[in-house]
Amino acid sequence: MLISIDHKMRFFLLALAGLAVLFMSGCSVTPKPDPNIAYEPPLHKVEDYVKETVTYVGDIYDPLEGFNRRAYTFNYYFDKFLYLPVVNTYEFIMPDYAEKRVSNFVDNVFEFNNFTNNLLQFKLKRTGITLARFVVNTTVGIAGLWDPATNWGMPRQTEDFGQTLGHYGVGNGPYLMLPIFGPSNLRDTTGLVTDAVVFTAAGPPAWVDDDTTTLVFNGVTAVDKRHRQSFRYYRSGSPFEYDMLRMLYTAKRKIEIAK
Amino acid sequence: MRIKLCLPSLILNGLLMVLISHAAAYDYPFSDPYVATVVNTPMEYAEVLPTEVPVKFDTLKMFPERKVPGILWNLDELRYSYVRQKGPAPLIFLIAGTGASFNSAKMQVMQKAFYRAGYHVISISSPTHPNFVVAASTSSVPGHLEEDSADLYKVMQTVWQKLQQKMEATDFNLAGYSLGAAQSAFIAKLDEQDKVFNFRKVLLINPPVSLYNSVLILDELLELNIPGGLDNFNVFYDRIINAFSDVYAHGENVDFNNDFLFQAYKYRKPTSDDPLKALIGTSFRISSENMVFTSDVMTKAGYVVPKNLVLRRHDNVRDYAKVLGHLTFLDYFRGILLPHFQDLNPQTTEADLIRQLSLRSIEDYLRTSPKFGLIHNEDDIILLPGEIDYLRGVFGDRARIFPHGGHCGNMAYPENVAAMVGFFQDIKN
Repeated sequence: MLISIDHKMRFFLLALAGLAVLFMSGCSVTPKPDPNIAYEPPLHKVEDYVKETVTYVGDIYDPLEGFNRRAYTFNYYFDKFLYLPVVNTYEFIMPDYAEKRVSNFVDNVFEFNNFTNNLLQFKLKRTGITLARFVVNTTVGIAGLWDPATNWGMPRQTEDFGQTLGHYGVGNGPYLMLPIFGPSNLRDTTGLVTDAVVFTAAGPPAWVDDDTTTLVFNGVTAVDKRHRQSFRYYRSGSPFEYDMLRMLYTAKRKIEIAK
Repeated sequence: MRIKLCLPSLILNGLLMVLISHAAAYDYPFSDPYVATVVNTPMEYAEVLPTEVPVKFDTLKMFPERKVPGILWNLDELRYSYVRQKGPAPLIFLIAGTGASFNSAKMQVMQKAFYRAGYHVISISSPTHPNFVVAASTSSVPGHLEEDSADLYKVMQTVWQKLQQKMEATDFNLAGYSLGAAQSAFIAKLDEQDKVFNFRKVLLINPPVSLYNSVLILDELLELNIPGGLDNFNVFYDRIINAFSDVYAHGENVDFNNDFLFQAYKYRKPTSDDPLKALIGTSFRISSENMVFTSDVMTKAGYVVPKNLVLRRHDNVRDYAKVLGHLTFLDYFRGILLPHFQDLNPQTTEADLIRQLSLRSIEDYLRTSPKFGLIHNEDDIILLPGEIDYLRGVFGDRARIFPHGGHCGNMAYPENVAAMVGFFQDIKN
């Protein structure tokens, strides 16, 4: 039974990934003027305003833009037809109070990643706080459902492996719009994968060592994370939303790494 | 003898104290209008409103036949929201400010306050929001008060046709902030002729007097306050991001939430207003870029996009954003808005159009209609000197003018929320 669930799940994810790839193949981005049409120059021409010598804040290295823009649209549809209906059902069923407990529980389990990454950056005080938080919240906070540590002067010390790489000077690399996971770049995607591998191999899933529990936890995490993320694709109304999000994501990561 | 002398002076003192305490009672925390406009009302000073109200989201198709180009594919249906009371109740329509959607932070403050006070609330995006330009604007050329207000009036009727089975309205009311306030005035005037809603009361919060004057002010805030000019915007941007990094790294328990700007302000008070002015200007320029690009693409105006180039869903449009980053409202006014009205009537001059973009054009109506209320700030940054006195003159005792708050910065402050809701409940304070 357990194996069959796992197989079904894997098949489902593979099918999704396949769908995403299909969706994103054919990757032109720059509007290609048809050589047979004579384009009337607009009132304000690009060449009159855009200068080679000027650095523009929204110009972020994005060689895979064709893929990324399609992943962006894929995420919109994935949200619309699958992710958000599940999240909305969750929000409808669960009282706010219970949602908060779930979020705390998930955060507490992921203190593992905060711990390893603070340690990797030799932020010893923060590593200590993270460890103390985990102990306090797991015991006094009853398996992490509550977060008394924050009120006791031990706020959460968020760090991930993308930030660790950034801390040691690794640059952004190409911008990436990941299917389902959303905005990222090569450095942060490397971080995401590394954190996930270490978490699974040496973290709580390895301590529990039970596939069903891990599967359920991953499902709960996916729903809880989206529930807490208020961003919605194409909701700003801006025709430049893709560019804006790319800029904001890059700035946000820069700020997080500087801490 | 001594006591007798003292008594009247004591009474006088007491009276003075009461008067002074009354005059100084407005404790909104920022007396600098630029700080107020950027930081708004921090959570710890704001009216405590319900965190969640049973809001419903819905969409409309105003022009089912309209073809929308690929690049704007996701804007073809007009989104709006409503919250309804259980039984019959008065209804209020809310109109958003420049570039803002039905769901902007300020719209949510109003929505929650009015819902709590017992109103059905319907929230509608600004005609300058790209979604409105694509899905609900007759001409797709936003910026003209009378024309945009007529579009809003049509949207309100269509929404009400859809919703009237779901809720019973005892009467209709209207409120808007910023540009939405100016439009509310024009909608109310239109309704005097068409009598669809017969609005009982109409509240204008921080309207511009002359739209033209106000956008020139906002354009200047950007152009004059980026050191080295717009081509050095990246330096300004990096400075802001570095300042935010510093706040995030060293401030106490700073998190990315609605109060981040206030945390940043507390930790690193800017030494001059210049960066704040630049931020306000930037925010306005971004709204303009969105609006003008959308209008250009919808009407094939040939403003920044070649007339006969069709932009598809996944096309890169970054270069157009860069061009629009350099263009002012005056450029739009002369490049799209004026030509549009000259197409309709070749006699139209620039001066005519400027006059039409002003509350002064309907002054007589505003002066005499008892249904209006005005909430404004003495130090609103979008007004020219003298314009607040003009409004005071027009609205007389129907005006409530606060000493501070900048442009809409104090809308969530308890006294402002009370004034807003109180106006509709006929509470004088």
